[in-house]
Amino acid sequence: MDFGPYFLLASLEGAVGAAVLAVTALGLSLVFGVMRIVNVAHGEFFMLGAVIAWWVASLIGIHPAIGFLAALIVSPLIVGALAAVAERTVLTRLNYDPEATIVATIGMLYVIQQAVLMTYGPDARPVQPPFDFRIQLPWFGYSAYKLFVIAAACLLLLGVWWGLTRTRIGLMMRATQFDRETARAFAIPVDKVYGGVFAFGAMLAALGAVLVVPVQQAHYLMGHDPLLLSFIVVIIGGLGSLRGTVLAAVIIGMSDGVISVFFSPTLAKIIATLVVAFVLVWRPQGLFGERPA
Amino acid sequence: MAAVEEEAAPLLLETRGLTRHFGGLTAVDDVDFQLPTGEIRAIIGPNGAGKTTFVSLLSGRIRPSAGRVTFAGQDVSRLKAHQRVARGIAYTFQITSIFKAMSARENVMLAAQRRLTKGLIGPPEAELRALADEALARVGLAERAEEAAGNLSYGHQRLLEVAMGLGLAPRLLILDEPTQGLSDEEIAAFIDLVREIAQESTVLLIEHNMHVVMGLAERITVLDRGRVLAEGAPEEIRADDAVQRAYLGG
Amino acid sequence: MREIFRPDGGTALHLGVLIVLFALQFALSDYHHINIARIMVLACFAMGYNIAFGYTGLLSLGHAMFFGAGLYGAGLAAQFAAVSGPGAFVIGLAAAVALTVLAGAVALRTAGVSFMIVTLMFAQAAYLTIYYFGEFTRGDEGFVYPDAMRTLFGLELIEPTVRYTVAFGLFAICLIASFAVARSGLGRIFVAVRENEDRARMLGYDVYRMKLLALTISGAMAGAAGAAYGLLFGYVGASFANIEYSIYPLLWVLMGGAGVVLGPLLGTLAMFYLVDVTSGFTTAYLLVVGAALIALILFFPKGVLGTVREKLGARGARWLP
Repeated sequence: MDFGPYFLLASLEGAVGAAVLAVTALGLSLVFGVMRIVNVAHGEFFMLGAVIAWWVASLIGIHPAIGFLAALIVSPLIVGALAAVAERTVLTRLNYDPEATIVATIGMLYVIQQAVLMTYGPDARPVQPPFDFRIQLPWFGYSAYKLFVIAAACLLLLGVWWGLTRTRIGLMMRATQFDRETARAFAIPVDKVYGGVFAFGAMLAALGAVLVVPVQQAHYLMGHDPLLLSFIVVIIGGLGSLRGTVLAAVIIGMSDGVISVFFSPTLAKIIATLVVAFVLVWRPQGLFGERPA
Repeated sequence: MAAVEEEAAPLLLETRGLTRHFGGLTAVDDVDFQLPTGEIRAIIGPNGAGKTTFVSLLSGRIRPSAGRVTFAGQDVSRLKAHQRVARGIAYTFQITSIFKAMSARENVMLAAQRRLTKGLIGPPEAELRALADEALARVGLAERAEEAAGNLSYGHQRLLEVAMGLGLAPRLLILDEPTQGLSDEEIAAFIDLVREIAQESTVLLIEHNMHVVMGLAERITVLDRGRVLAEGAPEEIRADDAVQRAYLGG
Repeated sequence: MREIFRPDGGTALHLGVLIVLFALQFALSDYHHINIARIMVLACFAMGYNIAFGYTGLLSLGHAMFFGAGLYGAGLAAQFAAVSGPGAFVIGLAAAVALTVLAGAVALRTAGVSFMIVTLMFAQAAYLTIYYFGEFTRGDEGFVYPDAMRTLFGLELIEPTVRYTVAFGLFAICLIASFAVARSGLGRIFVAVRENEDRARMLGYDVYRMKLLALTISGAMAGAAGAAYGLLFGYVGASFANIEYSIYPLLWVLMGGAGVVLGPLLGTLAMFYLVDVTSGFTTAYLLVVGAALIALILFFPKGVLGTVREKLGARGARWLP
C-alpha cells in the first residue's frame, strides 16, 4: 500500500480509538467536573462493561446482533448500579475528600479487578460483533463495525451534550458543578446529583467498553490503558471541560493510533505521560478548563 | 526594653504607588504609605476598603500589580512571604491559623525555631522551650502550654497567634483584626499586651473596634475603596468629615 | 542529639524493637528467615514513604520510581559494569536521590490531587522507560544478579545470616534516621507543613524547600531499599517499578500508622503475611490489598499505631514519635 492509503488506514484506526476514548474519558471528566474527585477505578468500570457484555452475549446465543444489543443495554445498567452502591457506601462517608477518595478508589480498583479475575478468569475472550462485513474502499476493505463504532460514539457524545445543555437534569448537574453551595440553596438535591453523576460516569465507561469489545477482547486487565489514556485526555483537555475532553480525546486518540503504527508505542506512551505531568505543573487548566481557584 | 541596637531607620516601612487588581476590581489603588519605627499604627476603613489586601501585599502573601514596598530601607517587593518573615515582618491571621494538633508550646517553638536556625543547625530544644514559655507567659497562656492548640477557646487561640508573633521577635508585627470574637475583659488585657509589645516592635493593626483603635493607636490610616482617605492622630480622624461619611454612608 | 536520643520510653521501645529483630534470626525457620529479611528491606521503603506522606503530608503515587531507580541503578551497574555489592549500592542510592530531586523539584510545584497525578505520571513514564530500554533491562522478564557481584566486603550476600544481618543493618539505619527526624526540630517543621502550610510559610519557612527535603530523604530511603533488595534477593525486574509498588508503601504506612516511626514496620509485616496467606488459596491476593485500603481509609485512617498513639495522649506522643 502507498503511504496515502496507509495513513488513511492508520487514521481510521486512530478514529476508532479516539471515539471510544472520548466516550470513556467523558465519564471521568463529568465526575471530576461535578464532584471534584478523581475516580481511579474508572478503568475497572470500563473493564466490567466489557466482561459483562461478554457474559450477556454468551447467555443470549441466538444471534450476535441481539446479544450485542442486549449487552449494550444491560451492561451499562449493571455497572451504573454497582457504581451507585460504591458511591453511597464509600465515597459519601469520606465526604468526597479528594485525597481520601483517590485512596478509596484505588482500593476499589483492586477489588473489582481481582473479583473479575477470580470469577471470569485470566483469559481474554472474544465477543462477536453484531454484524461482520467489510466496506470496500478504493484501496482497502475496512470493517463496517468499526465505522459503526465511530458513528455510535459521535451520536452518544451528541446525546450527552444535548442532555447536559437542554434538559433539567443537565441543568442541575451544571449548576452543581458551578457552585455546590448555591445549588443547594436552590433546592437542588446535591447528594442525589452526585450519586447520579458517579453512576452515569461509570455507565459511559461501560458503554465505551461494550462498543470496543467486539474489536478487542474482554480481559480482566483491560482497564489499565483506558484509565491512563482517560487521565491524559481529561487533564490535557482541562478537568471539568467537556469540550476540552472531546477535543483532547480526538487529538490523543488519533495521534496514539498514528504514532503507534509508525513509531514505537512505548515511546508514544512515555511522551504522553510526561506531557500530562507537565501540563498539570505549568498549565493546570489544560486546554479549556477554568483556572483553579 | 529598648530595641536591639541597629541602624534604626526612622521609616521602618514605606510603600510607593502600591496597587493590586483582581480582574476588574482594584482592591488597593496607588497607595503611598509610611510607617516610622516604633509607632503603633491602626488601619481602619469600611468593609471592602482593601485593608487585608493591603497588609497581604506588605507581608508578601500576594504580589502587587504595581508599586513598591520598602522595609528597613530595602526594597522587598520581589521577596516571597517567607523571606519577608525572615527580614522581620510578622503577620497574624484574620481567621485564626495555628497548628491545631500541636501543643500551644510547640506552636510558639516553631515560630522561634526558624529565627534561631543557622543554616541546618537548629537551636537546642531546651532553649526553644524556654523562649516559647516566655512568650506564652507574656500573653497569659502559661498554664495552657501543654494543651493542644485546637482545644483552646477562640480567645486563647487569638492570644496564641500573638505569642507566635512574639516568638518571631519581629521588627514589624501586623495584627489583622486581633480582637474579633474576644470578650471585653480579654480585649482590655489585649490592649495592655500590645502596648508592651510596642516597646520592642513596630505595630500595625487592622481593627474595627474603635475603642481599641482610640486606646492604642498613635496614628491612624483610613482606607476606603483601596485609597488612603485620611491619616493622622486619633482626634483628627475622629473629627474628620470625610471619614464620618465613609463609615456612615459606606 | 542528646535530646533526641534521651533515655525515655520511646527510645527504649525502639531500641527494644531493634534488639528483638536482630535476635529473631536465630529462632526463625528458613522460610520465615528470608521473609523477615525481605520485610525489613521493604519496611525501609515504607519508612521512606512515611517521611514524605506520614509526616509531611505529601501523598505521592510515584514512589515505585525511587525504589526502581535504586534497584536498577545497582542491578545494571553489577550486570554491565561488574560493580559488586557496596559500589552497586552506592550507585543505586545515588540514582534514586538524583531522580527524587529532579522529579520532586517539578512535582512539588503542584499540591494535593495534582501532586498525586504528577507523581503517578512520572512513575509511569519511568516504568515505561524500563521497557523502552528493554535490551538492557530485559523488561518484565528482568534479570538475575550475577552471583559474583552479590558480595559485601568479602561476605557472600547469598548466605542467609549475612543477608539477614545486612537487611537488619539497613533497617536499623533507616529506623534510627526516622526516629531522629520525628523527634527533631526538622520533624516538627515537616508536621507543620502538613498541618497548616500557609501558617508555616508565614512563620518564615520556605515550604517548597522543606517539602523537597522531605521528599529527598524519602527517596533516599526508598532507593536504598531498592538497591539492597536486588543485592540481597538476586533479582531485578520491571514489576518492582510498576504502580503496585507505589501503592504498597501507601498501604503499609496507612495500616501501621502514618506519621509513626514504627508504623511502616508493622504495616509491612502485617500486609506481607496477609498477602502470603491469601495467595495460598487464590491468585487474586490483590483483592485483599484493595479491601484493606478501603477499610483503612474509611474506618482507620490513623492506622494501628496511630490510633494507639491518639488513645495514649501525651504518653503516646513520647513512646511513638
